[in-house]
Amino acid sequence: MNLNTLTITQAKEGLKEKKFSSVELTKACLERIKNVEPKINAFVTVSEKEAIEQADKADKLASQGETLQDKPLLGIPFSVKDNFCTKGMRTTASSKVLDDFIPPYDATVVAKLKEAGMVILGKTNLDAWAHGSSTETSDYGTTKNPWNIKHLPGGSSGGAAASIAADEAIAAIGSETAGSIRQPSDWCGVVGLKPTYGRVSRYGVVAMASSLDSPGPITKRVEDAALILNILAGKDTYDATTSPKPVDDYLATIKNNIQGIKIGIADEYFDDITEQVRKKVLEAIKVIEKMGVKIIKIKLFPPKYTIAVYTILQRAEVSSNLARYDGIRFGNDRSFFADEAKRRIMLGTYALSAGYYDQYYNKAQKVRTVIVNDFNKAFKEVDVILAPTNPWTALPLGASKDNPMYGEMADALVEPSSIAGLPGINVPCGLSNIGLPVGFQLIGPQFSESLILNIAYQYEQTTQWHKLKPKL
Amino acid sequence: MDSKKYQPVIGLEVHVELKTKSKMFCGCSADYFGQKPNTHTCPVCLGLPGALPVPNKKAIEWCVMIGMALNCEIPLFSKFDRKNYFYPDLAKGYQISQYDQPFCLKGSIKLSNGKTIGITRVHMEEDTAKLIHQFGTQNSKLKTQNDEGYSLIDFNRSGVPLVEIVTEPNFETAEEVKEYLRKLHQLVRALGVSNADMEKGDMRLEPNISLKREGQIDLPSYKVEVKNINSFNFVGKAIEFEIKRQAEILDKGEKPTQETRGFNEAKNSTVSQRSKEEAHDYRYFPEPDIPPFRWNQEYLDKLRASMPKLTEEKQQELINKYNINPVSAATIVYNPDLYRTFASTASIGQEAFGTAYEVTANMLINKKLPYIEVSSEELAKNIANLTKVSNIDDNKLEKIIDEVILENEKAVEDYKNGKETVIMFLIGLVMKKAQQKLDAQMVKEKIIQKLK
Repeated sequence: MNLNTLTITQAKEGLKEKKFSSVELTKACLERIKNVEPKINAFVTVSEKEAIEQADKADKLASQGETLQDKPLLGIPFSVKDNFCTKGMRTTASSKVLDDFIPPYDATVVAKLKEAGMVILGKTNLDAWAHGSSTETSDYGTTKNPWNIKHLPGGSSGGAAASIAADEAIAAIGSETAGSIRQPSDWCGVVGLKPTYGRVSRYGVVAMASSLDSPGPITKRVEDAALILNILAGKDTYDATTSPKPVDDYLATIKNNIQGIKIGIADEYFDDITEQVRKKVLEAIKVIEKMGVKIIKIKLFPPKYTIAVYTILQRAEVSSNLARYDGIRFGNDRSFFADEAKRRIMLGTYALSAGYYDQYYNKAQKVRTVIVNDFNKAFKEVDVILAPTNPWTALPLGASKDNPMYGEMADALVEPSSIAGLPGINVPCGLSNIGLPVGFQLIGPQFSESLILNIAYQYEQTTQWHKLKPKL
Repeated sequence: MDSKKYQPVIGLEVHVELKTKSKMFCGCSADYFGQKPNTHTCPVCLGLPGALPVPNKKAIEWCVMIGMALNCEIPLFSKFDRKNYFYPDLAKGYQISQYDQPFCLKGSIKLSNGKTIGITRVHMEEDTAKLIHQFGTQNSKLKTQNDEGYSLIDFNRSGVPLVEIVTEPNFETAEEVKEYLRKLHQLVRALGVSNADMEKGDMRLEPNISLKREGQIDLPSYKVEVKNINSFNFVGKAIEFEIKRQAEILDKGEKPTQETRGFNEAKNSTVSQRSKEEAHDYRYFPEPDIPPFRWNQEYLDKLRASMPKLTEEKQQELINKYNINPVSAATIVYNPDLYRTFASTASIGQEAFGTAYEVTANMLINKKLPYIEVSSEELAKNIANLTKVSNIDDNKLEKIIDEVILENEKAVEDYKNGKETVIMFLIGLVMKKAQQKLDAQMVKEKIIQKLK
């Protein structure tokens, strides 16, 4: 059997029962990577030698009786988005500015996963600096959608999502500022979880928008995402914005009965979407309804109004966060920034400048509070919100190049929840008439990951979408 | 130039480096002076990709304490902001500082001339790295391609906690400024938050100086900031130079340029800095990586209670409790060892030996008794022995006085010829012979009687 097609749960079982070793599992993934990368280009760096070394170490630990309780990911091969600092391993954020940057430290997320026994296959492609929703703005070439290589995988975690859809890795780590986990997961037909802002440490993640960035898992199954969140969630002394709130055991409640849960549907999230997306999402709602949940119509702040808020806040923070890339201490100088980064720096600087701060940045922050309050109001009536993740399915290659606001418009349905720091999960719910994945998202109140994982799991297990694979 | 026409308007900005163990936003050691370059660094203070700041609690508490000692209001809500600008010594391309909601506001401090200086604000920020410039490489170890100069950056200082204290432009003379600086220096040392060692750059001074016409109510429409001043003395010189320089310009009917000038020690003058920069737009915005601070009053009260007592407080306490004179009180307070032992020594002296507080004070200060490794009990005993007046049998005393008079013919003759001070000498001899400390006044009277 092709070991690279396994899920985390399946791989753990196989390793435990000694059906195969971690080295065999890792080599299967590396083999797959070799075969499909010319078509997909999901990876910026493949760390073959290190991966096999790590897998070998994992096998040795397992044979010495290292219990899987201490190391829940022992020997499982992952792909890591290339904006996570990996000690001793090149980290580029898909920008030529960091072409030769080798971090002297691990991001907290990476350290936690390593501690849990993960094997790193390599670093995945993203829109340079995570600035985008297509992965086309990467300085290392576009990633292609495994479902149709003439289409985009979405972004910015396009490489991560593609690596899962193409079974190049068993699981992946991505990050979301506004849609960067959920949207590519949607377009690639995989599970993508964006935790509550502050639930998972940002230390070591190349900063994009500091008040929005949220690292999270991209996986083949909802259960895998829950397992990874168990390891990643929690307060980090290196990140002052992480929450001290106790961490749930996300696996413990994932199989709960979802009867009686109130799910909100807002028409505002169904305007301006394609027929294909509408069809599949409405079908999904019917399936969930049959499981005994209560579907309640609610009114929400129209997503299209959040585009301006998000654009201004994000670019303002970006313009400040990119200031450190002067080429003096590491990396290349600013002349290596590509167009999208330059656009965002200029716009962000403008929005913060004297005379403009009040009407742009300050005002955007105020509207942000309005959005937060709007969700709080909605969550008094319902437990979670269900909506399409993206207005349309994967766009063709080149779609992002025509319109500088392409990403922000495309991400309208995920921006509000990102701005409010809420958790969201993308769940595959079918294919369009031309075979491109469609997904829906569940958005919950802050720190309600257990709930959205639970509903997602129940839907997933009731349907067959998670078993579909692209033909590569 | 008639300097009486103009009245100086001077404000002061002082940066104090805190002596916390670690830096402001990371765990690196903050003790950078004299260390090998770039040995106290980490991803945070180097501004590496992905690094995040975590505030140093002690540093913030110390900043608040400085504000409390300066009678500031401590708002219950405060936050950090990013101050964005580019310079090689600023790793992140922004400095984490405080803009519109600093930890401390609206304080005051009194000068000896009765004047109150307003403290506008006291806030926290992080220090930059240190730049070392080599102009031309002829004499250096490093050789560059065309023998151009180069600059080296040492990040050991990057991220060290700095407290900025800004005054209202209430100063009018260099003397007032120097007194304020001395008081501030004492204050941060007494609080134990900084060594304030000027030579090590622990305390940096930036006066801003302008002149207004006598009787003018509004503030002048310009101000000149002076940087690179390394001592209190030089502050005085810089201020005096500026007052003169600006007066000359105003006399001509012109307005001095609003600018930053550097102080030149060799010439005791200020020099215009190379370029006349446009006012910087720092694009301040709230620091998203650090949640804002919401104090509760209880916490602030506890912090205030934990502050070491300040010099003036201590002095006043001594005066009130022990009824000693202010000069003695000051002397005792400025000597930590003396201060530590005085209270108990004075109390024991009074209770066990009946020694007056003032006597204990005088003995400790003037007689320079060893008091460092000596217990209060022993000290009190020593003092009592040296000062206590004991009784003596009258006849015995008469006999001793007679002996002394007989043995000191010359002295007695000097006294009879009008040299009154000889009496003290004779009293001393009497006491020596008696081998007792006697009531000097009583002995004096007896001797005078006998010599009549």
